[in-house]
Amino acid sequence: MNQDGTDHGALSEARTSAQARTALLLRLTGAVGVPVIALAAAFGVGALFIAAIGQDPGYVYAKLFRGTFGDFYGFGQVLFKATPLIFSGLAVALAFKAGLFNIGAEGQLYVGGFCVAWVGFTLTGLPGLVLVPLCVLAGALGGAAWGIIPGYLKARFGTHEVINTIMLNFIAIALTGYLVTNVYIVPETIHTPRIAPQAEIPRLEQFWPVFKGSPVNVSLFLALAVAALVYLFLWRTKHGFELRAVGLNPWAAEYGGVNVASGIVTAMALSGALAGLVGVDFVLGYKYYYEQGFSAGIGFMGIAVALLGRNHPLGVVLAALLFGALSYGGLVINSVVPKELVEILQAIVIVAVIVGTNLFGALAVSLKKRSLE
Amino acid sequence: MDWMIVITFIAQTIRISVPYTLAAVGATFSERGGVVNIALEGILLNGAFACALATHYTGNPWLGVLAAVVGGVATALIHAVVTITFKAEQIVSGLAINLFAAGATRFFLKVIFGSSSNSGRIAGMPEWAIPVLRDIPIVSTIFSSPLILAAVVVVAASQLTLFKTVFGLRLRSVGEHPEAADSLGVNVTAMRYAGVLASGALAGLGGAWLAMDQHSFTDGMSSGRGYIALAAMIVGKWNPLGAAGACLLFGAAESLQMQLQGGNVPTQFIQMIPYVATIAVLAGFIGRSVPPAADGVPYQKERH
Repeated sequence: MNQDGTDHGALSEARTSAQARTALLLRLTGAVGVPVIALAAAFGVGALFIAAIGQDPGYVYAKLFRGTFGDFYGFGQVLFKATPLIFSGLAVALAFKAGLFNIGAEGQLYVGGFCVAWVGFTLTGLPGLVLVPLCVLAGALGGAAWGIIPGYLKARFGTHEVINTIMLNFIAIALTGYLVTNVYIVPETIHTPRIAPQAEIPRLEQFWPVFKGSPVNVSLFLALAVAALVYLFLWRTKHGFELRAVGLNPWAAEYGGVNVASGIVTAMALSGALAGLVGVDFVLGYKYYYEQGFSAGIGFMGIAVALLGRNHPLGVVLAALLFGALSYGGLVINSVVPKELVEILQAIVIVAVIVGTNLFGALAVSLKKRSLE
Repeated sequence: MDWMIVITFIAQTIRISVPYTLAAVGATFSERGGVVNIALEGILLNGAFACALATHYTGNPWLGVLAAVVGGVATALIHAVVTITFKAEQIVSGLAINLFAAGATRFFLKVIFGSSSNSGRIAGMPEWAIPVLRDIPIVSTIFSSPLILAAVVVVAASQLTLFKTVFGLRLRSVGEHPEAADSLGVNVTAMRYAGVLASGALAGLGGAWLAMDQHSFTDGMSSGRGYIALAAMIVGKWNPLGAAGACLLFGAAESLQMQLQGGNVPTQFIQMIPYVATIAVLAGFIGRSVPPAADGVPYQKERH
């Protein structure tokens, strides 16, 4: 009897560890396989578009690759394009982890960007060492303020954050448009006055001349540091654990003693703050003023970056690099095919990722079922 | 106040509201069936482009309108396949389609018309001037263009279809409680496809209006109208009549904004009206708007 029991134990233990291994393998395959297949699908369909206008897809793709990862100048441009996407991707990913779909990063980064500039051109008497951190803080706070609104509306009235964030995007654009054209006016332009010179942050070309000509600046390091912080927050702190619990199952979280309403507001505030940091890159590191319409979809692209990066900070950084490469790559190939090709590619990547994730999820479930039988 | 100004204002409001109304009423079909359709913006754009393209090549605006509807349905079909057949995230699919439409129309604008901003000039719809009717203010506006008249008919027909026909009942049941509908023999997949494709056809028609009204396709000419239509559908509580009412209201705000241009009132605050109204209605500050129960939820049949 005893002997039998032990055997059963060992058997089930072996089975559990085999199952755990299969589960891990499945997760890794999903995390790597789905994006790779999505990319292949996008480039495949993109080839049809290229061929349709009488160009050679192989030549165009080779040109795209050489122009982005082929030399330091191109790579600098890719990093420049990737920096804001890291912020907006992290913003969307953090909200996703809390079960919230933040389509409002676009509006949050406009408000945040304006706040960065406002501090930069208002508190001009402060030394750079004080002013720069204040500008960064202002960007985060501005974005957070805009993120709290849909968070509060959801927590208090139960209204869906998707519709509210879409609406708030347009309100943010109108509001900042009003500020730029009616209050902080620079005649004949749609941008604010220039920030104080000591608030400008250095470009990487000042340290590494190989990046000469690329506006990539030290906010890239801020983006990477913030990515690490988001990882530590979500997976290594109690608050982060609670946010993920709200995302996985709000009822269970509530039952377990988590205040779901405050979790929702906190997650939206943090998500907005991350989006607001996009302004640091653009205002402090690139143009040195806030310009209406500067984002042109960085907030929306953050959704794609988060999806492709599987809502993990490391994945977000890699996906931002990829989307940054595509968006600069569009300019590289523009002489041969219209640069809008990359928008088509990006859209196909997004669709392929969501379809692939679903198909893979269904496959994983059926495999798991079979292994249990 | 001069009566002429009021009449001009109302006529302008009606004309502005046409694309909003067509897209918003279309969206009620999609969402009543349980599929969130943020792709309206992209459908409007593709519809407008298809319209300009067909009219450019055939010289026949009616074929242009037909092409717009076909283009709209084709775009909506992508959304339907991705969200209904593959059960993928509906909002993301809609956003991706909007990105795709913006990229693809500009891509082909450059390739076909050799311009990054606009197509060549296309023939517009015939301007109607029906005896007697043309002398009655506002009525004359409604009967001045086949597309305006079509929009009015669409609103009435959609209200009847959704609430007075078997098809409408089935569509709504699929959006409220797909399991129950399924158990009664309603084909959930087919009904949802019908809802999404209907929204594609109507938003495509809205795109035709945009292209015809400007006698050309211009880059990004939907300029957020799809999102305003979405807002109108919510403010209109997912009803065609309500949606049309909201569209007229938003159209009036836009018309007012044009009148006030250059005045002392900052136009940006008038621009905000539709969006603020939507948030307020959803939160229950002004009435209360509740979406269909299964809106946005893919239907997964139990497997045994």
